[in-house]
Amino acid sequence: MEVEVASSAVSASREISANQRPVTNRSPAKTRRGDPYLDIAAYDPEADLMVLNLGPQHPSTHGVFRLKLYLDGELIVKAVPFCGYLHRGVEKLCEKLTYVQLVPIFDKNDYVSPMMNEQSLVMAFESLLGVEVPRRARYLRTLLAELQRIASHLLWFGAFAMDLGGALGGGSTLFMYCFRERELILDVFEELTGCRFHYNTHMIGGNRHDVPAGWAAKVHSAIDIIEHRLIEYENYLTTNRIYLDRTCGVGVVDADLAMELGITGPILRAAGIDHDLRRDAPYHAYDELEVRVTTDIAGDCEARTRVRLAEIRESVRLVRLMIDGIPEGPLGSRKPIKTNLAEKSERGHAYAAVESPRGELGIYVIGGGANRGASPYRLKIRSPSLHALSCLPYVLPGHVVSDAVAILGSVDPIMGEVDR
Amino acid sequence: MSPYLRALIYSLVIITLLLTVTAWSIWFERKFSGRMQSRVGPTFYGPFGLLQPVVDGLKLLQKEFLIPESADRALFVLAPPLTVILALGTAAVVPFGSEVVAADLDVGVLYILALGSLTTVPVWIAGWASNNKYSLLGGMRAVAQGISYEIPLALAALVPVILAGSMSLTDIVNYQIQHGWFVFWPPGPGFLAFLFFLPASLAEANRIPFDIPEAESELIAGVTTEYTGMGFGLLYLAEYLHTLIVSAVASALFFGGWDGPLLPGLHWMVAKTLVLFAGIFAIRWSLVRFRSDQLMGICWRYLVPIGLGLVMVSAIWVQLAKASAQ
Repeated sequence: MEVEVASSAVSASREISANQRPVTNRSPAKTRRGDPYLDIAAYDPEADLMVLNLGPQHPSTHGVFRLKLYLDGELIVKAVPFCGYLHRGVEKLCEKLTYVQLVPIFDKNDYVSPMMNEQSLVMAFESLLGVEVPRRARYLRTLLAELQRIASHLLWFGAFAMDLGGALGGGSTLFMYCFRERELILDVFEELTGCRFHYNTHMIGGNRHDVPAGWAAKVHSAIDIIEHRLIEYENYLTTNRIYLDRTCGVGVVDADLAMELGITGPILRAAGIDHDLRRDAPYHAYDELEVRVTTDIAGDCEARTRVRLAEIRESVRLVRLMIDGIPEGPLGSRKPIKTNLAEKSERGHAYAAVESPRGELGIYVIGGGANRGASPYRLKIRSPSLHALSCLPYVLPGHVVSDAVAILGSVDPIMGEVDR
Repeated sequence: MSPYLRALIYSLVIITLLLTVTAWSIWFERKFSGRMQSRVGPTFYGPFGLLQPVVDGLKLLQKEFLIPESADRALFVLAPPLTVILALGTAAVVPFGSEVVAADLDVGVLYILALGSLTTVPVWIAGWASNNKYSLLGGMRAVAQGISYEIPLALAALVPVILAGSMSLTDIVNYQIQHGWFVFWPPGPGFLAFLFFLPASLAEANRIPFDIPEAESELIAGVTTEYTGMGFGLLYLAEYLHTLIVSAVASALFFGGWDGPLLPGLHWMVAKTLVLFAGIFAIRWSLVRFRSDQLMGICWRYLVPIGLGLVMVSAIWVQLAKASAQ
């Protein structure tokens, strides 16, 4: 078995490129880095600072995440993030269950974009087991991934507005609108897979559910509506003076910090690094498509919003390109049997990564060999949210509590994926 | 009829009216925000969910009023009723018709401003007594905001006072009936002062669009975090009550109060108040929040200097009007 390792994290040699399509005229900012290892006892011998535990139960921590903030008035001096409140032992579970049993489990990792989880997992297994994927299935996977990206970014946009505006204020209005549009995508997924959320539609070597009759027309109408309404939402929020005051220059993650911490996805692109696995290490059918990558240079919350909104529009464009041209052919390269002999005896290792809405979602798997049944020996998830969250101790000091909530919202952490 | 008896009857009527309107304004807001957010809002109790406020009240009454072990018990219990009392107290001088006013004070506007600045106190009490860090932060923000926004509020309220030459709200309304509403005439200062007054009074009392002290996305529920049952209910009642009364004061100061054709004065006053009230809700459900320091910046950098200018302009206007009359 040949070792097959797809593109790893950002290569350090890649320079901060000029924008392909400049979305802002602001200058690149530098992170005003806080010291994550600041000794509070030395900094504040009189113990005047207030310790505020933001979370684990808090309306804006997007799940169960705890931030220990040392506050001077409302100013954050030091921030210590704690994760692990949603730890479910998925990676350990992978050593017990067989390859085919793992796919539905991975739906629950990043519960906002389950398609990407399934895809990264089956891609790793396919690479490990040397299974071919027919073109039709690859095409369909690309389509599903882009639809999922729209849904995920829509949810993020609404949730971010809610972080800024509150559940009893203007934010919740945008939240409701975004959820309404996300429903359209979920409806389309439901018609294809029978599930709204935890699809289990990918299997090793292909897809399980074929495109039903009339599906393309429904996807068309859904993305038409989304594209149209997205303009309204942009006008609603992104040109609002209050919103700009709250986000411009807040939570700057510059390119150096992002690369140092292995941050990928929209946060990296907002910092000016032109990196997108869909274009740089094409998987599925992305080699047949031209993906336009949006970057920004400011690296703040506002830039991240711009990048994500541009990504929704780009995904809409890609879906529109693909939806009418799904190639004919088989949907899977083999029958959906429980476990075949090859899987039981497979050793070796493989890494596969997809560009999830939050960045590079990678699965590294080592085959278990004959004495493990048909389970991997070890499986490691490289979750983009965990890397994104690791910027908090550097970025938060110097901001106030309100900004902490905005920054936390703008890095878009999904706790199910952070803690696994 | 003795003036004391009259004041008692009128205040009872006005309080009942206000509380009723407030209760149903919550229903109205829930329906309104529901329609804004492509939802339906309350539908279960009564036609169009009209009995929702009753059910809400019953639910709150049934809940236990928990006092945290480390809280300052006396202050913790004191804060919610105090907010309601102060909010209702403001209503005493608001004229709902040419005769429908509980107490027509000569210093009505001053009284409103004084009670308005006092509303900061129970909010701070609630924040302090809860012995919760989120409440404390909320209380701190409330005090900072309340003290800052008193100044533009007073300046905005000074404009109609200068123009009408009286601090009594009834006199101000009567002046407007004769000379036209301040929001239209004199052109400029009246309208600008109204644009200041409404947000400043809401911000001063930490009410809805400027409810940074209870920003639930940051401070969970700010000062109300530790309150349950009717304590929470009273804090929220006071919030809505205050919003309603601010709308009423604004319509008396700038929109000619009970002035209007055909219908009786009370109808006009209530209609104007509710329109302003709905406007506040529309703002609330469409804007995101300021950061607390940005809100302060707006106050000190823009509102206070412009407010001073407005007061000056209206004083000059009054002098010019006097000179031209002679």
